[in-house]
Amino acid sequence: MTARERIAGNVAGYVDDRTGAAKWMKKNLTKVFPDHWSFLLGEICLYSFVILLLSGTFLTFWFDPSMREVIYEGSYEPLQGLEMSAAYASTLDISFEVRGGLLMRQIHHWAALIFMVGIVVHLMRVYFTGAFRKPREFNWIIGVGLLTLGIVEGFLGYSLPDDLLSGTGIRIAEAIIQALPVVGSYLAFFAFGGAFPGVAFIPRIYTVHVLLLPGIFLALITVHLMLVWYQKHTQFPGPGRTEKNVVGYPLMPVYMAKAGGFFFIVFGVTAFLGAVASINPIWLYGPYTPGQVSAGSQPDWYMGWLDGLVRMAPPLETVTFGYTISWNILIPGLILPGIMFTALALYPFIESWATGDKREHHLLDRPRNAPTRTAIGAMALTFTLVSLINGGNDIIATTFDLTINQMMWFSRIAIIVLPPLAYVITKRLCLSLQRADRDLVLHGRETGRLVRMPNGEFTEIHEPISPEKAWLLTSHEQLAPLELPEYDGAGVRRPAAIKNKIRNRISRSMATAVPKATETERKELEGHH
Amino acid sequence: MKQLSRLRRHRAAGPVLLVFALFTIGTTFQVASAVDPEETTIAARSAAIEEGREIFLKGCSSCHGLNAEGGEIAPSLIGVGAASVDFQVATGRMPMADMSQQAMRKAPVYNAEEVNALAMYVASLAPGPKVPTEEMLNYERDGSVAEGGELFRTNCAMCHNFAAQGGALTQGKYAPTLMGVEPQHIYEAMITGPQAMPVFSDKTITPEEKLSIIKWIKSVEAEPQLGGAALGRVGPVTEGLLVWTLGIGLLIGVAVWLAMKAK
Amino acid sequence: MSNEIELIKDPGLPAHVHRRTDTDPKAAARAERQVAILFILSALGTLLLIGSYLFVPEDIFFFIPVMGNTNAHQLGLGLGMAIALFCIGAGLIHWAKTLMPDEEVVAQRHEFRSEDEDREDFVKTVKDGAAAAGLGRRPLIKRTLGAALGLSAISPVLLLGDLGPLPGNQLKMTSWKKGTRLVTDPGDRPLRPSDLEVGAVAQTLPEIAPGEHRSLNDIAKDAVLLIRLRPEEFNLDAERLSWTHEGIIAFSKICSHMGCAVALYEQTTKHLLCPCHQSTFDVTRAAKVIFGPAARPLPQLAITVDTEGYLVAQAPFNEPVGPSFWERSA
Repeated sequence: MTARERIAGNVAGYVDDRTGAAKWMKKNLTKVFPDHWSFLLGEICLYSFVILLLSGTFLTFWFDPSMREVIYEGSYEPLQGLEMSAAYASTLDISFEVRGGLLMRQIHHWAALIFMVGIVVHLMRVYFTGAFRKPREFNWIIGVGLLTLGIVEGFLGYSLPDDLLSGTGIRIAEAIIQALPVVGSYLAFFAFGGAFPGVAFIPRIYTVHVLLLPGIFLALITVHLMLVWYQKHTQFPGPGRTEKNVVGYPLMPVYMAKAGGFFFIVFGVTAFLGAVASINPIWLYGPYTPGQVSAGSQPDWYMGWLDGLVRMAPPLETVTFGYTISWNILIPGLILPGIMFTALALYPFIESWATGDKREHHLLDRPRNAPTRTAIGAMALTFTLVSLINGGNDIIATTFDLTINQMMWFSRIAIIVLPPLAYVITKRLCLSLQRADRDLVLHGRETGRLVRMPNGEFTEIHEPISPEKAWLLTSHEQLAPLELPEYDGAGVRRPAAIKNKIRNRISRSMATAVPKATETERKELEGHH
Repeated sequence: MKQLSRLRRHRAAGPVLLVFALFTIGTTFQVASAVDPEETTIAARSAAIEEGREIFLKGCSSCHGLNAEGGEIAPSLIGVGAASVDFQVATGRMPMADMSQQAMRKAPVYNAEEVNALAMYVASLAPGPKVPTEEMLNYERDGSVAEGGELFRTNCAMCHNFAAQGGALTQGKYAPTLMGVEPQHIYEAMITGPQAMPVFSDKTITPEEKLSIIKWIKSVEAEPQLGGAALGRVGPVTEGLLVWTLGIGLLIGVAVWLAMKAK
Repeated sequence: MSNEIELIKDPGLPAHVHRRTDTDPKAAARAERQVAILFILSALGTLLLIGSYLFVPEDIFFFIPVMGNTNAHQLGLGLGMAIALFCIGAGLIHWAKTLMPDEEVVAQRHEFRSEDEDREDFVKTVKDGAAAAGLGRRPLIKRTLGAALGLSAISPVLLLGDLGPLPGNQLKMTSWKKGTRLVTDPGDRPLRPSDLEVGAVAQTLPEIAPGEHRSLNDIAKDAVLLIRLRPEEFNLDAERLSWTHEGIIAFSKICSHMGCAVALYEQTTKHLLCPCHQSTFDVTRAAKVIFGPAARPLPQLAITVDTEGYLVAQAPFNEPVGPSFWERSA
């Protein structure tokens, strides 16, 4: 035994004596993780979160979250002598007086954008492969929670410097709070400590941004990861992969190296963006004052779709008995997003109700094999994309020589017409891909080589696919639609008749599929040739 | 006394008096009209006005009317002043290339001398804002960058964007970028209010404040990219676009490489 | 011939394919060198960062295509950090891919569901525990506990009571009163009608006493936009027309939709555009909304001139300025 081994053994023994760690360490170090690039998307979020914690802590050492008015005396000439809040002035100091300050500000902001992009692409992967099914519904809900909180955290974060652009965003947020029926003006005054803008808002959101929400994030992310760890990660279907096993690489050393390496990659790419691309140049925006605004004012991208919805809203406001309800703010700002996020969170339960499938699933679906789910996802993405585009309608208009009026009308119509169109097109695409899979299994791969038969007929040579590929294309389940009874044995209509009828119809839609190729059919075809 | 009445009756008295009177009137007129050192002689001015009229008839009257009275497609130019003409023609906006919503800045059709002639012609039709002189445009000396920024953000940023990159107006109109615009033209735009832009009178934004604004615009134009590539200086839209293309593209690219089996 | 449909079978895990580095020691050595080079590059990146931090002055700019005039100090720090981090990651991944074992391992999943016996034991334990607590047999304890816990939940909510004052009348009042002069923003200069030409705009605020300081809260309600048109261009009823003066009309600059500053005036169309959500207001018709999500016109401030000829407010706004709220018209 070498000296190093002896010391290591002593340390390990010391810890194990007090915690019994050897047993579970051994078990976990050999834990198997399946390897697919799309399983790394969630890691992008996780590592971005770590980067945010590190860079954010750096920033807190210099940032002054106070709206107290100061005169700027730093080195940025175009703002010298101007009145501004201490929050804005301290952000200018971080950018221009602290070495590495501007780099850290930019890394922090780029990391926030990447965090949200990661969440969205990770959500898309989980959704389109059906990884949210039992036993992972709870993890899905945590994920939706992280998405929602991420949007809020990002908004609060870029509002801290109290610059003209983010201050305009806070004004809009205050208008949403104020628009709430009955309690709006009270809640707004409570949030802002009085009238807008007041002096309390920045310090208060600072507490939320650096303490409350990061704490909640840490807790949620920990539970999220623990569940993945304990329930084991899902895997794509393929040869040798079943619902009862996990095929992949052990944590030590392969997964540790790859996942650990990926952390450095994410950090490196974020640092690269922070180095070469300017983001949130607050010195150009100027300090916030309610009498100023810039053309082309937008929130960060993850709120852009909300802004787009608000822009395209019809000017609806009702006054009954002297009491005002601003539907033009409440519908796009609160009601629609509320419905969307609730539907998103409840989707696993909605789908299992619709299909009647209550079993555990550890093998992922290829999106084409779940056409209705994929089509619904395409519909939701189209809706979000149209509203996101409308959020930038003025900049798009000047860039592409269009008018904001055209963009607005396009968006109003597109948001109603395009999503159902996307549903239909996607579902048909999935079914034709299923058909293509079936043809591939039954007839083999088209090689493109033509052969002339002795009787003069031309045929194309088809190469049979490998058994592994055949298995991949046919291993999925095709659920039969539900047939819940409307009448019981004695012919009496059940109380749940209507619900059952609806459920039957929905499950029939969910079960639309091209029947997968079977061995029997293959043998029959072989008999023909 | 007798000498004076004898001189008065001299034969040459009349002609001498006439020459003297003419000489006096001539020099007095010359001195009186030579107040502005930049003013050309009367002859030169009227020559320029005539030249301007010729150019106007050839290049502008088809839309603006033979007497600049305007018509259905173009407004009257009576009273717009030399400043308007200098702004519109020297930035190439006029003559307008197509009848779209807005006159675009493009390569000027007329050279400086022709622009000056046009301006003097239109100015001769009725009083209007004058072209600012070089003394009036010394923004380095008379302007303040910080004050200019505050004025810009209060009066200009809502159309031209926080970094003077331009912005959208309704129905396809737009406030253009102010990058690469001559200080003279910026000044003229403020006092004449071209097309959709409102007028910023000298009492609402004083001449010194206008110079501050120009000084700030020039400093933003010259400002290097302090944080990296500026992405257009239009805010979060291009930042989001970058992260959805380069950002996630790089990361997914690495992820695919990571999960690929080594050969 | 059976009627059973036979499904395609799982061929099992494919045979392991060895990598070049598994079979060829030269390839393995090359991979090892590549990993080492990546780690060395990372070290160089860190040196670039340290060097930039300590030695590169912060005021040097140089031109890079696409990026423009870039700050050398900033770029050195950032690229140094990026290279340092990225290359460690790339090295680790390359090491794992080429040199660490890549044979796939199979582990079994276990059902999560506990045994029936365990479930029954759990239920029994809970029931026994609940019986021991005796809540069922002692309704007095249960009810008073419920009351105590319920009441105590009120305290934290109540303690937040001083987060903000009650709005009272604040949302409905501005600083504008009869006779308040309109002064320029910035500059605080009072204005005469002759100071504005036709087609001109002015950003204004109410005059304050010398020595007084305007807070952002005041500006958020008091900002007013002055626009001068020709009097015949107005399309107003008699009352609103009487609120203008010689073609000069005054509106609250705070958007009636969500509170952004509305000062984007199009001289040709006489429209005001709010850049936040593109609400468009027609100045000739008292800022009537003609496009976009705003539901109400901008409040108009009645103006006139005082004895010295300066523009003043005739009266306070006739309605609350800014975004709507529940009790706005109550």
